[in-house]
Amino acid sequence: MSQLLHLGTSFVPSSSTALRRNPTSSPTIHISGNKRTTIQAKIREIFMPALSSTMTEGKIVSWVKSEGDKLSKGESVVVVESDKADMDVETFYDGYLAAIMVEEGGVAAVGSAIALLAETEDEIAEARSKANTSPSSSSPSPAAAEAPEKAVGAPEKAAPVKAAATVTVAKMASSAHPASEGGKRIVASPYAKKLAKELNVDLGNVVGSGPMGRIVAKDVEAAAAAGVSVAAEDPKPSPSSAPVKVPASTGIELGTVVPFTTMQGAVSRNMVDSLAVPTFRVGYTITTDALDALYKKIKSKGVTMTALLAKATALALVKHPVVNSSCRDGKSFTYNSSINIAVAVAIDGGLITPVLQDADKVDIYSLSRKWKELVDKARAKQLQPHEYTTGTFTLSNLGMFGVDRFDAILPPGTGAIMAVGASEPTVVATKDGRIGMKSQMQVNVTADHRVIYGADLASFLQTLAKIIEDPKDLTF
Amino acid sequence: MSSLSLWISSSVAVTARSESDHRLRLLSSSSATIATSPALHFCCLRTEALKLGAKSNRWKVVAAAVAPQNGSASDEFDYNLVIIGAGVGGHGAALHAAEKGWKTAIIEGDVVGGTCVNRGCVPSKALLAVSGRMRELQDEHHMKAFGLQVAAAGYDRQGVADHANNLASKIRSNLTNSLKGLGVDILEGVGTILGPQKVKYGKVGSSGNVITAKDIIIATGSVPFVPKGVEVDGKTVITSDQALKLEFVPDWIAIVGSGYIGLEFSDVYTALGSEVTFVEALDQLMPGFDPEIGKLAQRVLINPRKIDYYTGVFASKITPAKDGKPVIIDLIDAKTKEPKDTLEVDAALIATGRAPFTKGLGLENIRVETQRGFVPVDEHMQVIDVDGKLVPHVYCIGDANGKMMLAHAASAQGISVVEQISGKGNVVNHLSIPAACFTHPEISMVGLTEPQAREKAEKEGFEVSVAKTSFKANTKALAENEGEGLAKLIYRPDNGEILGVHIFGLHAADLIHEASNAIALGTRIQDIKFAVHAHPTLSEVLDELFKSAKVKINTSSPGVAPVTV
Repeated sequence: MSQLLHLGTSFVPSSSTALRRNPTSSPTIHISGNKRTTIQAKIREIFMPALSSTMTEGKIVSWVKSEGDKLSKGESVVVVESDKADMDVETFYDGYLAAIMVEEGGVAAVGSAIALLAETEDEIAEARSKANTSPSSSSPSPAAAEAPEKAVGAPEKAAPVKAAATVTVAKMASSAHPASEGGKRIVASPYAKKLAKELNVDLGNVVGSGPMGRIVAKDVEAAAAAGVSVAAEDPKPSPSSAPVKVPASTGIELGTVVPFTTMQGAVSRNMVDSLAVPTFRVGYTITTDALDALYKKIKSKGVTMTALLAKATALALVKHPVVNSSCRDGKSFTYNSSINIAVAVAIDGGLITPVLQDADKVDIYSLSRKWKELVDKARAKQLQPHEYTTGTFTLSNLGMFGVDRFDAILPPGTGAIMAVGASEPTVVATKDGRIGMKSQMQVNVTADHRVIYGADLASFLQTLAKIIEDPKDLTF
Repeated sequence: MSSLSLWISSSVAVTARSESDHRLRLLSSSSATIATSPALHFCCLRTEALKLGAKSNRWKVVAAAVAPQNGSASDEFDYNLVIIGAGVGGHGAALHAAEKGWKTAIIEGDVVGGTCVNRGCVPSKALLAVSGRMRELQDEHHMKAFGLQVAAAGYDRQGVADHANNLASKIRSNLTNSLKGLGVDILEGVGTILGPQKVKYGKVGSSGNVITAKDIIIATGSVPFVPKGVEVDGKTVITSDQALKLEFVPDWIAIVGSGYIGLEFSDVYTALGSEVTFVEALDQLMPGFDPEIGKLAQRVLINPRKIDYYTGVFASKITPAKDGKPVIIDLIDAKTKEPKDTLEVDAALIATGRAPFTKGLGLENIRVETQRGFVPVDEHMQVIDVDGKLVPHVYCIGDANGKMMLAHAASAQGISVVEQISGKGNVVNHLSIPAACFTHPEISMVGLTEPQAREKAEKEGFEVSVAKTSFKANTKALAENEGEGLAKLIYRPDNGEILGVHIFGLHAADLIHEASNAIALGTRIQDIKFAVHAHPTLSEVLDELFKSAKVKINTSSPGVAPVTV
């Protein structure tokens, strides 16, 4: 344990003397280290210290100091968790903590840079730009080279996170701060405050829904899920006045280039991948009068139209397993064992498809409750992967916007997706020669023609239409 | 009876003499019993036992055998010893006195067991047992690491409250039975000292009964301290007394004071789903703890939980919730007294410490003045009057004297007083009394903190060293997936004396006793480090701690003054 007592030695400048402390460092790396040192003489890198002889990587438990803080020799700066213990690491130099390169919770290999220390205040900006432009600028010590890739990648991973945070901050600055403007206090629960800090949400922009209008955790989560697009009309929310949310379309700065969020990146990849799948489309018009009547009847029990449509689709899929199949390798296809209906949901900054698992087996009331739960989780960005990646058939419904028909792109890995339009009163001619009024909606299925053929879709749609036009089976 | 072995360890010559004195005295008093008692063989047995020598276990057997007789007071007094207050301190003293064969009475104005059993340590441990389990079950990551799958954990508030209440009742009846079993008279009512060796007891306002006693121990304990400006309504603004009943679990509770009471309650409330705001007058949370332990504890017990805090502020005014308004707490700067902030919360728990409960004791009748409510005593717990003179036959133990406000300290003081009265000079070494905070994980300590040790070292001119071990290196802790923790040893490298030990980690409260016993018995590091610990156990944390200390001499040589190298 003796090494634990000599932590100070871990904070060293990226000079050759420092590197010499590491007995295993190779000479070539010394040179590269020296080169960099001559460029930024007064900006020192703070390395992940070796706290024990067996330590290859360390986790940052917490930063005791924040960026911009003045440090004096001997002060604790960061708490590092090694394989044996958590230790406070002290600085051996006076200066300013210019940039944190590995955030709390991040892992870095022993010897890799975790932060930059500027000697004077003027150099903070320079150090920051260095940290941002070359996040992986840490000299790869032998330990890092030997360590698993994960460890080496850690500092790099931290950089995008930081970049994203900066974007959020910039966005927030442009939105209004009604609460603080009014000079009113912000009442937020301890956890709400903690979350706000973590999620980078300005409490001044959050409307509280807790007792006495206090901001509670779920308000912050909602605000974070909705970006920072929540603004309050009333500077001090009173318990009686319903929170007013105004989408911050005004918060978008025109002409700016915005990098994809993780979600947008994922959507983008999926969409490009879908081009490799030969798809075709089949449409059908379904009369919904009976479904509407049923919906009206059981709406009060918490049943939603989405759940009804998912249920109907699932029941139709039971009879047409091929439509619920998927082809992944181009040589074979799988009859999926369960019918999992994914439903596309638009959330701020993207699109996600929460999955109603075993929609054919679960009763309509449970299904509705499940759906509500999934939507809440999706808004709070808390969906677990198995809750949005396990769909076997996808529903996309734009009917609520009055869209009468559209066309969906097939998500790779599934067999078919159904686009549902609005149900609208339509004048129709009946077989007995009369003219009548019926509510009708158009559905349009996109399917992978490698496994699902026109006749399959046609008979599936016929079954679906029958179920919806006589929906007694939906409620069991 | 571990306490007895402690006394035996004191200077050989003194012990021998006082023991023989004591034997004589008891023999004479027992001969008085023989005259009146039909149970003659008991007395013979006792005489026999005393002749055999006073080994601690022997004492116990003898005492139990004579117990129903409850000894007998000399002709002058109704009792040998009257104890005012049947808390843990009074109970400890009464048991020890009864074991010595003294005629003993204990006066209790409320319920047997006092604060500890009814409104303190005991029910809070029941709540903390629940919170520990909740915490574990809610920690998905922790469960996953074990390969366990648990559905969402929930709790029934009344069930939790009942557990605490049932535990208190059980311990209370155990305590009462142990007193009755040893023949201690339990006198109901408020005890007042009327004059030297004279006590009145009975309901307030009634004339009461007057009894005489050769010696009197005041053990009236303490009540929660409520600062000025705080209005306790018992519903939304509460003290630990009400909090332990767990009548409701607020969404948001402010805890005023971040000492061990506040910390334990924060552990309970956050496990049950509340969010907590600490209000601490000092600049740092957990001011009583060793700073390093406090820092680590804050990182584990506060930062990751739904807790925020204000330090360096006083709660100058706390108004209970009424008329649809929440509890309002006005905060002022502790130094400048300027208004700082206002909190609006669902409940406030006042955990600002405890105040001695010494009113109505009739201290004026023996010319004693309390200091901030505490009864002044000397190192033998004998009460000191206004002139600074010792009051004969009156002692005060426990929270009422304020020396160390812990249940087990009160009990140790009570036993010490009984020893003192029976002629064995005895002083409690408070530096060997451990303390524990039962959070998850627990915190425990004995002796000096590092700053205290360094200050003492500076004054007395010796060197101080610190050794530390982590629970992360302990097999048992890792098996439990509870590697978070630190043990810290503060010692003198020149002679191996243990100055203080602080532990933060799984079962720290149970681990501290190896260190506290070592301090109590004067065991040095160079000796204890050869003691063997079972593997794999948490005790190996202390094993490693002692082994990692660097003492400059190899073995201690008893009787020879330590040599500085």
